[in-house]
Amino acid sequence: MYDTLIQMLDATMRVSTPLILAALAGLYSERAGIVDISLEGKILGSAFAAAAASAVFGSAWVGLIFGIMASVMLALIHGFACITHRGDHIVSGVAINTIVAGMTVTLGLHWFNLGGQTPALTGNERFLDITLPFAHAMQNVPVIGQIYTHLLSGHNILVYLAFFMVPVTYWVIYKTRFGLRLRAVGENPQAVDTAGISVTWIRYRAVIVCGILCGVAGAYLSTAHNAGFLKDMSAGKGYMALAALIFGKWRPVPVMFACLLFGFLDAVAVRLQGFVIPGLGEVPVQAIESLPYVLTVLLLAGFIGKAIGPKAVGRPYVKERA
Amino acid sequence: MTNTTTPYAIELRDISKRFGAVQANKDICLQVPKGTIHGIIGENGAGKSTLMSIIYGFYEADSGHIEVDGEIVNIRNSQEAIKAGIGMVHQHFMLVENFTVLENVILGAEGGAVLRKGIHDARTELTRLAKEYSLDIDVDMVVEDLPVGLQQRVEILKALYRGARILILDEPTGVLTPQEADHLFRILYSLKEQGVTVLLITHKLREILASTDNVSVMRQGEMVAHRETAQTNKEELAELMVGKKVRLTVNKGDATPGDTLLSAKNVSQFDAQGVKRLKNVSLELRSGEILGIAGVSGNGQSELLNVLSGITEMSEGEIHFAGATINANSPKNASQMRDMKMAHVPEDRHKMGLVTGFEAYEAAVLGYHNSDVYNGKVFMHRKVMVDECKDRMAAWDVRPPNPHLKTANFSGGNQQKIVIAREVEQNPDVLLIGQPTRGVDIGAIENIHEQIVSLRDTGKAILLVSVELDEIMALSDRILVMFDGAVVGELDAKDANERVLGLMMANAYSDDEQGESA
Amino acid sequence: MSQAKVPVWVNLALIPLLNISLAFLISGLVIYAIGQDPFEAAGYMLYGAFGYNEGIGYTLYYATNFIFTGLAVSVAFKAGLFNIGGEGQAYIGGLGVGLVCLALDHTMPFYVIAPLAIIGAAVFGAAWAYIPAYLQAKRGSHIVITTIMFNFIASSLMVYLMVNWLKSPDSLSLNSRTFEENAWMPYLHSLLMPLGIDIGDSPLNGAFIWALLCCVGVWLLIWHTRWGYQLRTLGTNPTAAKYAGIDTSKVTIWVMMISGALAGFVGLNEIMGVNHSLLLNFAAGYGFAGIAVALMGRNHPFGILLAAILFGALYQGGAEVAFDMPEITPDIVVVIQGLVILFSGALEHMFKDRIEGFFIRRATAAQGK
Repeated sequence: MYDTLIQMLDATMRVSTPLILAALAGLYSERAGIVDISLEGKILGSAFAAAAASAVFGSAWVGLIFGIMASVMLALIHGFACITHRGDHIVSGVAINTIVAGMTVTLGLHWFNLGGQTPALTGNERFLDITLPFAHAMQNVPVIGQIYTHLLSGHNILVYLAFFMVPVTYWVIYKTRFGLRLRAVGENPQAVDTAGISVTWIRYRAVIVCGILCGVAGAYLSTAHNAGFLKDMSAGKGYMALAALIFGKWRPVPVMFACLLFGFLDAVAVRLQGFVIPGLGEVPVQAIESLPYVLTVLLLAGFIGKAIGPKAVGRPYVKERA
Repeated sequence: MTNTTTPYAIELRDISKRFGAVQANKDICLQVPKGTIHGIIGENGAGKSTLMSIIYGFYEADSGHIEVDGEIVNIRNSQEAIKAGIGMVHQHFMLVENFTVLENVILGAEGGAVLRKGIHDARTELTRLAKEYSLDIDVDMVVEDLPVGLQQRVEILKALYRGARILILDEPTGVLTPQEADHLFRILYSLKEQGVTVLLITHKLREILASTDNVSVMRQGEMVAHRETAQTNKEELAELMVGKKVRLTVNKGDATPGDTLLSAKNVSQFDAQGVKRLKNVSLELRSGEILGIAGVSGNGQSELLNVLSGITEMSEGEIHFAGATINANSPKNASQMRDMKMAHVPEDRHKMGLVTGFEAYEAAVLGYHNSDVYNGKVFMHRKVMVDECKDRMAAWDVRPPNPHLKTANFSGGNQQKIVIAREVEQNPDVLLIGQPTRGVDIGAIENIHEQIVSLRDTGKAILLVSVELDEIMALSDRILVMFDGAVVGELDAKDANERVLGLMMANAYSDDEQGESA
Repeated sequence: MSQAKVPVWVNLALIPLLNISLAFLISGLVIYAIGQDPFEAAGYMLYGAFGYNEGIGYTLYYATNFIFTGLAVSVAFKAGLFNIGGEGQAYIGGLGVGLVCLALDHTMPFYVIAPLAIIGAAVFGAAWAYIPAYLQAKRGSHIVITTIMFNFIASSLMVYLMVNWLKSPDSLSLNSRTFEENAWMPYLHSLLMPLGIDIGDSPLNGAFIWALLCCVGVWLLIWHTRWGYQLRTLGTNPTAAKYAGIDTSKVTIWVMMISGALAGFVGLNEIMGVNHSLLLNFAAGYGFAGIAVALMGRNHPFGILLAAILFGALYQGGAEVAFDMPEITPDIVVVIQGLVILFSGALEHMFKDRIEGFFIRRATAAQGK
């Protein structure tokens, strides 16, 4: 039983990693007032770019850099549409998601001729699991040993990075000048403008940070969690991250817990596939799978707490004629 | 003006600014001696706000220049204004509501990439400033939890923290209680003692007279007079502000008021922020009379129209209309009020009265779109609507008389005629009409005025809201004056003149008798 | 002061044309970049979509789905609402169709099943849109987010139902049993054959006729009824809607239900028209494509019809290209679709403001003379 729990929590960490990265990415963007449903597209674009570059250059790190570049480029398109041209944030997001879905397969087929996939990545082309110091020695220590050796140790660097980004984001958002301005611009851009700060520049920086984190999330999917790129491999993770962002009420630590919850539900659903509860029949796995979305809807509707987003989110900033 | 050898704190030279066809500021000159409180008064639309926005770098002037301490400064954005030592307290506060006072104050002046040190320094500095200018405030409070008066104090602190030596306040007492306003003025005096120059923009004469050293009057985009406050009085200022207007002449006989059709008793309304926008307004409207509501805009007239017409629900009080009692518990919406034969020409035809993307014939049924006249079981009778629109366009001389032209493509006067025709032709018992001639050309004004009078003569009850004093005086039979959400005076149109109305609108009429109203 | 006007054709033709051209240009560059000849690809695409009867049939078959989801998106747009949940509503609408067919195909003739299937699609699609609409109107939750969430919930729900209830024991894949033929939407080629008209063998079916009727219906609803009047007022000027006494939450709810019903009709085409059984993922992509169609069609039913045929042609032509030029997959069409959304949606102000400004200046200059 304890082993199973550890295994499930271990799976939770792995599944949650891209969610945490993407949800934090969304946090930077939305806290600055830019709605981002193109998290999905950015993850997918980065997953492809990372796997492709990694396959070509033989290094997962090079892959990561390319993944981040691809994602940042998409973020800049989103910024160009939403910030510079006052476009609708949702429409822009849908456009990016759609373009990426088509583009990755088209380019993949051309480059690798594998029906849109990238070649299977091996060795240094992937981020491999790291064994933390003394993991082996700790193994037999009761309770803690299990947690240390099998849960905390043995993940790849990007998993640790994702969790490390939570306190970092907290610090950036609440303790730095950039974070202060970013939060202000998502609440009341006019106040920022009258304080003599450029609204546009802050928002661009926010979407770039968003792009970087989505880039890491994508690279994780294709070069760490999996060994290569598959068509549509983001599979709704961007949207789930968005749900987690709302569920965590746009705050870094709660967002992380939301991601862990959603990841845990996923791990549970996988485990319970085909599991029959005596007298009740088969566990409706799909109900567990859809729980993140149901919970988010309930939260948005104010049935479980209240989710109040940044006040100016989704609204272009136009200097008003007083 | 006081003669000083030292340069002025701020001096404007021939500032002009045009927005499209509107000359918002024309050759404005202004000299403000250091360490004084300088009032700028004027009616709405006189160009005060534009001028202040130019000083604060929100707009660039088309021509002219600004000098601070005798040196020409180039202010192209707020940052440069701040650098020149200018701070501004906007009418609508520029605060991030879920930030603490401290966070709001340091925004844009954080003193480093990491906040820790900046926050620490700011705390010390704010304590000093607070003591120096008696601006007590808990800097760790979240702004949205503060009362309005304290939020304003945050704005002042923000400016001072940035080293402002010139502080502009735009209609600062509009949202304050009298006690808060008194406190604000005490703060302004202590600022003045410390050598800060204050520019106070207001339409309240009493404040100007009580607190300023000098006063400048603006009218229609121009600076029309500068006075030393001690050397002037409210009568003179009111007259300067309102100007000697060409008397509008409207041919109208005496009113023969009949029954009371609409009455409001102690109606109050709070807005979403909990600010009381209407304060115990009572009025009676009789058939065959035009009741004018005078006042500087923003003193509750819009809220009054919205509450009476059912667009917003009142918070307290009640309205009696067409045999029904309407109050907070049994509200009626706009469409129910229409069914009870109340028509409403809204103040802002673009925002409310029309859908500018609609063709004229469609806009001509807005609010009456459910009427059987225009509807079959399923479809609307397009031909009926178009024909009716055509007839009305002919009757009201709307040009071009094309029911299929988009509403946006008519001139202001013709748009207004479409709206007025729509409301009047429904043959209502009560007509609420707001700013009937705003943005309307001269020829059409006369026409609209005649229509309003002839409606009165057919026994309708008309409530007219206008910020144009001459319009109020020319059309009304009775006049109520609104100030700060309350009715502060009532007079027969025969007894009204610009001076009296101007004083009432500034809440400065017979101070000794009336005292603090509302 | 009569205001200068932008000629009608600028907004109706020039700007959409410019947007689609740009989308084609960029995708042409992509094709060029992967070492293929864009003009050759365009040729195959055109031939595949319109070159022969069967191709045209396929084009119109795809267009049918786009008409439904395009109308769904645009009805909501017209009221100022963004229904991004067409995907889920189409899916659940298909469930409604499938349940009607499975329940009645043994006992009822086609002319009973068909109207009930239409109602089934409408009711299920509308119900799926009702919840987000209600939550937006009464509880203030953002409709875009809720409809996205509902897409995923729909997808889980369908898997659950298929796996646990609807899967046919005879089928290896996740399909329900195949309906009896009296629950099939007739193919147009088999309807026209007796009249001596040969349109080639394609999945084009009766749902296309229904789609055309929906275009007319939506046009009438929006421009010729008081409900349409209220919807447009709310969509263009919410303040004026309050002034006119329009109940905005009521309008929000029924507009979304109509939108959901329209999306649900995708099920008629896919489930009743082509697959003849319930299955998974039959609506995939059509909901989002509806956004492109609505934007391209300027939210007008006639424009949507044209845009739907354009996208139908791209889908069908894309398949043809993939056949003749294996280096290019139909995914290039998805890229074009995305670019259309980008240029005619997200970047609409980029050209529009400049072009309109140009014409206004020109008109003003002409007036001045």
